[in-house]
Amino acid sequence: MRNVLKPSGHWLLHVIVVLSFCFSATVFSQEAETSAEAGTTSAETISANVSNEANSQPEFDSLVKELTQGSLPARAQTAKKLAALKDERVAKIIGALQQGTLYATKDENPLVAIADEAGNYTNAISGEKIIGDTEELKRVPINNSMRSQLRTLLAQLNLTHQDATIRLDAVNRMIADGIDEDSISLLQELQKSEANDGVRKAIDSAVALFNLHSNDQQLRLGAIEVLKDSLQQEVRTALSEVASNDTDEKVKIHAQLAIKAIDSSIAKYRFAENIFFGLSLGSVLLLSAIGLSITFGVMGVINMAHGELMMIGAYVTWVVQQVFPNQIAYSLAIAIPAAFIVAGLVGIAIERGVIRFLYGRPLETLLATFGISLILQQAARSIFSPLNRAVELPVWMSGSLQINPVFSITYNRLYILIFGLLVFFALLVILKKTTLGLKVRAVSQNRAMARAVGVRANWVDAMTFGLGSGIAGIAGVALSQLTNVGPNLGQAYIIDSFMVVVFGGVGNLWGTLVGAMGLGIINKFLEPYAGAVLAKVLVLVLLILFIQKRPKGIFPQKGRAAAD
Amino acid sequence: MKLKKIAKHVGALGIACGLTIASFSAAAADTIKVGVLHSLSGTMAISETTLKDTMLMLIEEQNKKGGLLGKKLEAVVVDPASNWPLFAEKTRELLTKDKVAAIFGCWTSVSRKSVLPVIEELNGVLFYPVQYEGEESSRNVFYTGAAPNQQAIPAVDYLMNEVKVKRWVLAGTDYVYPRTTNKILEAYLKAKGVKQEDIMINYTPFGHSDWQNIVSDIKRFGSAGKKTAVVSTINGDANVPFYRELGNQKVTAEDIPVVAFSVGEEELSGIDTKPLVGHLAAWNYFMSEENAANAAFIKQWKAFIKNPKRVTNDPMEAHYIGFNMWVKAVQKAGTTDTDKVVDAIIGIEAPNLTGGVSKMLPNHHITKPVLIGEIQEDGQFLTVSKTDNLVPGDAWSDYLEGSKDLESDWIKLKCGNYNTKTKKCLGAAAQ
Repeated sequence: MRNVLKPSGHWLLHVIVVLSFCFSATVFSQEAETSAEAGTTSAETISANVSNEANSQPEFDSLVKELTQGSLPARAQTAKKLAALKDERVAKIIGALQQGTLYATKDENPLVAIADEAGNYTNAISGEKIIGDTEELKRVPINNSMRSQLRTLLAQLNLTHQDATIRLDAVNRMIADGIDEDSISLLQELQKSEANDGVRKAIDSAVALFNLHSNDQQLRLGAIEVLKDSLQQEVRTALSEVASNDTDEKVKIHAQLAIKAIDSSIAKYRFAENIFFGLSLGSVLLLSAIGLSITFGVMGVINMAHGELMMIGAYVTWVVQQVFPNQIAYSLAIAIPAAFIVAGLVGIAIERGVIRFLYGRPLETLLATFGISLILQQAARSIFSPLNRAVELPVWMSGSLQINPVFSITYNRLYILIFGLLVFFALLVILKKTTLGLKVRAVSQNRAMARAVGVRANWVDAMTFGLGSGIAGIAGVALSQLTNVGPNLGQAYIIDSFMVVVFGGVGNLWGTLVGAMGLGIINKFLEPYAGAVLAKVLVLVLLILFIQKRPKGIFPQKGRAAAD
Repeated sequence: MKLKKIAKHVGALGIACGLTIASFSAAAADTIKVGVLHSLSGTMAISETTLKDTMLMLIEEQNKKGGLLGKKLEAVVVDPASNWPLFAEKTRELLTKDKVAAIFGCWTSVSRKSVLPVIEELNGVLFYPVQYEGEESSRNVFYTGAAPNQQAIPAVDYLMNEVKVKRWVLAGTDYVYPRTTNKILEAYLKAKGVKQEDIMINYTPFGHSDWQNIVSDIKRFGSAGKKTAVVSTINGDANVPFYRELGNQKVTAEDIPVVAFSVGEEELSGIDTKPLVGHLAAWNYFMSEENAANAAFIKQWKAFIKNPKRVTNDPMEAHYIGFNMWVKAVQKAGTTDTDKVVDAIIGIEAPNLTGGVSKMLPNHHITKPVLIGEIQEDGQFLTVSKTDNLVPGDAWSDYLEGSKDLESDWIKLKCGNYNTKTKKCLGAAAQ
């Protein structure tokens, strides 16, 4: 059963947004407009269910106001009364309360408002925009028990919603809450009229779940037949109960067979899930190692400050979000080139200021760059404070692509995977197809000969180091979407980056790709058995053994370039 | 030749790493010195810098009131740089060179363990403000943070009784505090009739950032038809990616609530709170508590730090209580002499910031209320449960073998680990 929750058009748009990142800023402005349109369309679908009729019944008004005041249990009761009114505005108000976007003033006759993502308020009762002073509006507080009560209420209200995805969510919510006598009659009625395939299937399994407990053996067998393809957790739980407790042998056997079929397809999806987790971890490793594979792999500089260059990229993301607080959705598109430039310039400064005096002396370079990394960390502490900075996740980066109840792919991981591969191939093109790339390769293979034919080796060194550092900055932007942005961000990734480069083969970009993905997948397959801590240890041990066997990594350099 | 150069570099590095804030030791003899031992650089600076500022504020406030015993208080700030052995060295420096009357400091348990032998040898006083795993009671240390029975156990009780949780995930970072706390919780849950198969324990390395399959496991564990909750002892930095992954995999607080013991207002101010809304935390203080003392404290803090956006948190309150208790004890004893202060402080009461009065107990722990709060979008907590009475801190857990027979009482027994079965004091060697 495929429950694709997001319409495919929307999904494609997500991809476009990501793709836009690899283009320059001029292209960006056009792309931004397209995604801006996308933003408004989704906002419209949400507000579509609000009726703008101004026939405000007094009861409705007073209940909405009551909803924002008094004790939590009393307000939950109010919400129930409100839901019973069958007013079209109720779903939106309860939805807003559940999501924490319902605001109200704190006085006798409160003004109740719903906030949207852009920070605009609309009057919850009249549906009019609130213009002017919104200082007095405070978020209506809510706790977990009320949130789940509202969720159940909302599911019942949304069963007849015009948007199929919302109807599907509502049915699934009812399944999760348990089907009882009240809800079954409602569902059976809808079963006849439902036009959407996905929603009808969900209703079928809801009805079947209820029938599992009927007294009629035929009905129970029929229910098992319906449920045997479902991957929903509630279904498996219910079936296993039947398989062990049912009074009828035949029903028991059928249930057991159904469970077996469900389990084998769950196992398949878990395998796919593990592969994705591995690739996603690999893409993070790839992003953090790829800059290093240039500075360390191509130039031979052991740059211990590589992690701090990523940290700079992450801070750039934060600064960009501070400068454009209302444009979170596009902040990454600005942050990526900005981070590349800032980290690249810092890299060039490090190369010109320190490293160029130390070429050919790896130990000194190691110590000097380690010192630089400490200086950069403390500088971040002094400038941005030792506290972590909050980088917001744009809406299109949060959530997940639900393929079926046991397999979903989170968007931020998916985009970072795509982004990592794009950066990789862009770099490959730069090194293989551009003049700069040609000069970089020439200098790294034979410095004296390159200079003899007129290559400015110093300039190439600075540019190469700048390129590697700039890519570290870009990796920082990606990391800001996954983890903390703070002074210690770089430390966490420096070891992993070196590990990947050494494993893949120093000086070989493809090796970095294969190494990163390989380590990611190995790690994720070990983790379920060994636990996160031991998995890390095992990966390190395997790596050491591998290096013993093949000291030059998966793809060793061949020919004269390999001579050291 | 080359070796020499390397040695030079290493030396330079050493100096850079050990860079400390110069301790301003004034010559004036008519001051009472107070040591502030919190990391201002390195990984723990994120949490500890705030406590240093809190101490400076409290000392300034006390000086405005006329100081202590007619003398001015003087803060001696040192930076142990998140380096555990350096904590011991700096303690020695504070006690022998600066001759401080008391030290307020440490955050991690390992830093406290590092200070412990030095503070006992040189007979100093340490006030430790952070929630910890218990299983310790030193004559020279006063634990003003929560013991497990003041944070972890009440949180589990709340989930069990109010939220009706039946399955438990104990997730933590792999070090002493989560390991000990989870051992206590596991024993407690089993004592309450929870079966082994309904408990899932998971440890991750420091700063773990790839939570995909762990969250996916938790989700699967939680879909067995029984209400599931996560009890999280995940340390600071790993929390952001953890909550983000929960949010992205659509694990909401209504389905699987996470109760955390290391996520407070300060940590929340550094993260995007959207994926955390509704998840829980257990502390002895929330900034959102409404009472006059707390309002005054918040106002004073914002003025002192010159930033209206800064928040207050639980360890800050612990320092507030600890400092006021120490001041009262010194006034009662009429001297800052360690032996006299240690005796005088037992039974001293000082107001806490949640509307009650905390008391120093003979086991060197204090009484505190336990609050459970739900995280709100603005990074504050909505209190959903608060104990009616103050809970006395218990140094030795009643749920662990080998620990349940131990008792700490520095007045009657003069012992921090008295075995009630063998009627023997195990002494410092057993610490």
